Amino acid sequence: MKYVKTRWKKVWKLFTTFLKIGAFTFGGGYAMIPLIQKEAVDKNGWVTDDDILEIIAIAESTPGPIAINSATFVGYRTAGVMGSVAATLGVVLPSFVIIFAISFVLRQFQELKAVQYAFQGIRAGVLALLCKALWGMYKKNQKNWASYIVMAGAFILTGLLDVSVLPVLVGCAVFGLVTAKVMERRAQK
Amino acid sequence: MIYLELFLTFFMIGAVTIGGGYAMLPLMQEQVALHWGDLFPQEAITNFIAVSESTPGPFAVNMATYVGSEVAGILGSASATMGVVLPSFIIILIVARFYDKYRNSSIVKGVMTGLKPAVVGLIAGAILSVALDVFFPAGLSAAALTTPAFYLSAGIFAVMLVLAMKKVHPILLIVLSAVAGIVIGYLGLW
Repeated sequence: MKYVKTRWKKVWKLFTTFLKIGAFTFGGGYAMIPLIQKEAVDKNGWVTDDDILEIIAIAESTPGPIAINSATFVGYRTAGVMGSVAATLGVVLPSFVIIFAISFVLRQFQELKAVQYAFQGIRAGVLALLCKALWGMYKKNQKNWASYIVMAGAFILTGLLDVSVLPVLVGCAVFGLVTAKVMERRAQK
Repeated sequence: MIYLELFLTFFMIGAVTIGGGYAMLPLMQEQVALHWGDLFPQEAITNFIAVSESTPGPFAVNMATYVGSEVAGILGSASATMGVVLPSFIIILIVARFYDKYRNSSIVKGVMTGLKPAVVGLIAGAILSVALDVFFPAGLSAAALTTPAFYLSAGIFAVMLVLAMKKVHPILLIVLSAVAGIVIGYLGLW
């Protein structure tokens, strides 16, 4: 009985903690990691620093937003499936509520001249932000012929030739499988 | 049914995109244009990226909530958000149990060798559509090069790129761009 009670307490605590994390991290993803570290490792001792490194590695190699991956993982490690549901719900809820409210505000004000002018400038600024994000992702990639071919191929196919994203992703995955095998063979020789 | 369409579209987006941040942008842009193109011109998506940068939460969740809300109200929001979240939720529950096997699997390693650089190329493609909309809102033409709007946008872009590289906070950057846009607008130059 006592076990059940502490478990539900943990589940609740997971929910409120991730609610807080979701409400206060701007930019999502990696921006969340230090906060998760502070709350889940230092404050509550749910997971260890090693687990956090593991979470980043897993999040990078599985589909989906890093914030969701980390919340699900920490929740599961701490209190099983119920824990993962609580943590994921917690991390999603703030952005859901905020964006839902904002979508109304946007609709109300988008006809205003000043707002249209503002967004005209903002779009040029967003382009700069996206370029910076792209540069960051480019730097993290391996610098070898295979990855340059994939980058250029994916860009040319989707950006210039209007091929759909999904088949390009599948093609790149297959290409990766083959080149990884080839490189492995070469390394063995 | 509109809710199912939202759920399935965002489920697919959530299931196949690897990597955080803007990794989902290319597929989102394409799928949103495909399903609800009349509601979301490129301009609306670029505007929303600014909103997402200035509010808490992951880009994917923000975008799903926004598209869902515009298409079908609160239930639409909930369907799209559930859709984008569920794949990673399920996959992490499975992977959390078999992590060592998963990490050392040569198939996973191989697939990642292809997907990581692919995401970079895809995002570059998505950025190209944003750039075309920013610099050539009326379509690609030499005539656009004679308008002041082209050079003003280019100027804002260049200044903001320098500031972004100097790690100025994204929200400050967006506010500065907005101020520039308003000033230029009331000077009648757009």
